[in-house]
Amino acid sequence: MFKIIKREEHADGTVIENVIDAPLIASKGRPGQFVILKADEEGERIPLTISDLDAEKGTITVVYMVVGKSTAKFRDMSVGDAYQDVIGPLGRPTHIEKLGTVVCVGGGTGVAVLFPITRGFKNAGNKVISITGARTKELLILEDKMRAASDTLHVCTDDGSYGRKGFVTEVLKDVMESEKVDLVVAIGPVPMMKFVSKLTKEYNVKTLVSLNPIMIDGTGMCGGCRVSVGGKTKFACVDGPEFDGHQVDFDALMQRLAAYTEEERAAHDEYCRITGTK
Amino acid sequence: MTEKKDKKEKAVRQPMAEQAADVRRHNFEEVPLGYTPEAAMAEASRCMQCKKPACVPGCPVSIDIPGFIAMVAKGDFNGAIRKIWEKSSLPAVCGRVCPQEVQCEGKCIMGRKGEPIAVGNLERFVADYEREKGEGAVPEKAASTGKKIAIVGSGPSGLTVAGDLLLKGHDVTIFEAFHKAGGVLVYGIPEFRLPKAIVAEEVAVMEKMGLKIVCNAVVGRTVSVDELFEQGFDAVYIGVGAGLPTFLNIEGEQLIGIYSANEYLTRANLMKAYLFPRYDTPIVKGKDVVVLGAGNVAMDSARTALRLGADRVRIVYRRSRNEMPARAAEIHHAEEEGVEFFLLTAPLKFIGNEKGRLTGMECLKMELGEPDASGRRRPVPIEGSEFLMDCDLAVIAVGAGANPLLTQECPDIHVNKWGYIEADPETGKTTKKGVWAGGDIVTGQATVIIAMGAGRDSADSIHKYLTWGW
Repeated sequence: MFKIIKREEHADGTVIENVIDAPLIASKGRPGQFVILKADEEGERIPLTISDLDAEKGTITVVYMVVGKSTAKFRDMSVGDAYQDVIGPLGRPTHIEKLGTVVCVGGGTGVAVLFPITRGFKNAGNKVISITGARTKELLILEDKMRAASDTLHVCTDDGSYGRKGFVTEVLKDVMESEKVDLVVAIGPVPMMKFVSKLTKEYNVKTLVSLNPIMIDGTGMCGGCRVSVGGKTKFACVDGPEFDGHQVDFDALMQRLAAYTEEERAAHDEYCRITGTK
Repeated sequence: MTEKKDKKEKAVRQPMAEQAADVRRHNFEEVPLGYTPEAAMAEASRCMQCKKPACVPGCPVSIDIPGFIAMVAKGDFNGAIRKIWEKSSLPAVCGRVCPQEVQCEGKCIMGRKGEPIAVGNLERFVADYEREKGEGAVPEKAASTGKKIAIVGSGPSGLTVAGDLLLKGHDVTIFEAFHKAGGVLVYGIPEFRLPKAIVAEEVAVMEKMGLKIVCNAVVGRTVSVDELFEQGFDAVYIGVGAGLPTFLNIEGEQLIGIYSANEYLTRANLMKAYLFPRYDTPIVKGKDVVVLGAGNVAMDSARTALRLGADRVRIVYRRSRNEMPARAAEIHHAEEEGVEFFLLTAPLKFIGNEKGRLTGMECLKMELGEPDASGRRRPVPIEGSEFLMDCDLAVIAVGAGANPLLTQECPDIHVNKWGYIEADPETGKTTKKGVWAGGDIVTGQATVIIAMGAGRDSADSIHKYLTWGW
């Protein structure tokens, strides 16, 4: 069993941060890798990229948005409750090295995944410029952590309720115009990663994206997480989760992510009805 | 006259009662219902107790088949299960899933003129009898040796190695990547063919004997093989299976509604998607289903689709009926339940709608040509025979390859050009000292019992190594 040591709510309770007791994973995990969590016997296996880890305390941190029954179950667990299963670390770690100037772009809960990578690039001696965005002020997360991990942090909101009004891509364009950028790391909703990759391709700057498709085992066994990268089928769980953004077929990925939308909605509605939550 | 009639009656192979096909195709309960003690004794007394039994060499783990059958004939079910335990730690499983028709029963002398002894049914009977009415005693263990063995993977070969080495007094720990032990027995083979409670029970017997199981441990990620030695294990056995799905690499394979058999069966079996929404994992429930391939996994997928509410399920296979690799009983059961067979048919591409969901498959008719490397006649396309098949769910069950997760991380374990581990065929020794391997990760996709046979050989070799140092 994997106990929740600390629990925090962000973005008006729609985003939850859990610090979980998982010493084996904490001692092995590296930025960019992910874990699979399962709440209980009936639970679904949900992959989440590691947001932070502390080898000494033996804990890992995950951050997720509540979107369906499984994440609602996660939300409804308190400090002291335990996940029945946590598996990991899975996937390949981010290749962190000194490159010069690295721009880290994060959207939504993707910022949580971006954070340890940002810190890694900073610690490796890079100049790190970060851009984070959300629909509105309440949905912005980890601003302080990201500021501390970056040389410069730009924040924007779609509605202008905080920071600059507009999309992360607009800020990114300005940065690309004024700096010589060696690498862009973009993690967030699929459309965001798609448009960031489209933009950076124009500047011919290498861009890493971290994908989070539907998967079961996370060890390359089921092939459910297959994505098309450069016209070739790759498994996000073992070949990724990070890929060259210029090669990823984002449209196909978006379609596959919608495979169970109807079932998810029905299960979530039923869960809310039974538990009296929303 | 009466005497003659008696003899004839005696010679009839005892049938096993089954759920009717039109009932069972709507539920996940087990299909064959098992023997009564009377039926088991009647079947066992048909055995001729050959002096040189052909059935025993037909068994990959050399169970003393006439020995246990003689005990069944006398009604000594307790003795019979102990006789099987000498050679097999998973009789309730093997009685259900072994391809007996090409092993023990295929060699049975009774089969030359009539029907062979129902060895599989009898094995299943004594295992079930022990589980339901037995004394709960576990096999006796040798004195503790103080040696520690790590087994990677809790499928049939890993469990066999575990069972054997526990008996010899070793301290055994299994590392399993999934959240539940059993490997293919829990994620792959469906409930209606192998109830999960039976697998859990067989594992529980070993736990009573001292087996430790660490779930959620992905060797190669959570812990490495070298770290296992650092942790104090004296030997490591790798039985991780052939966990890499094969896709067809044709157009449209990313459409929603196309699964590898691994994913489809794992969702249905391990994650219990057939109980959605009580269980949280969803599954695409096709109405018009095609399954590509004709092995046991294909039959399991087809029959699962029926039970999940499909109106029509078609097996699409590019060779002919004679080449279908599935166990005879599985093909028979699938046909009885209404699965259709589209033979000599190959898929060309998948077709989807604007939402990226599967709507059809373009196929090509084939004819049989000259035999290929496998000895089977090669299917040759018939030019201009393309046709369209409607479908909303396709399961690709054309085999599995070697999963590189563990071997990539441990390069001193050598693999062949397909990624399978190079292991001595007699001992299971790999190129790395103290490491053995067996089952599908060595042979490629095979059967439960062949994996168990490999486990048996490796266990013997590991025991020698731990005892004598070689």
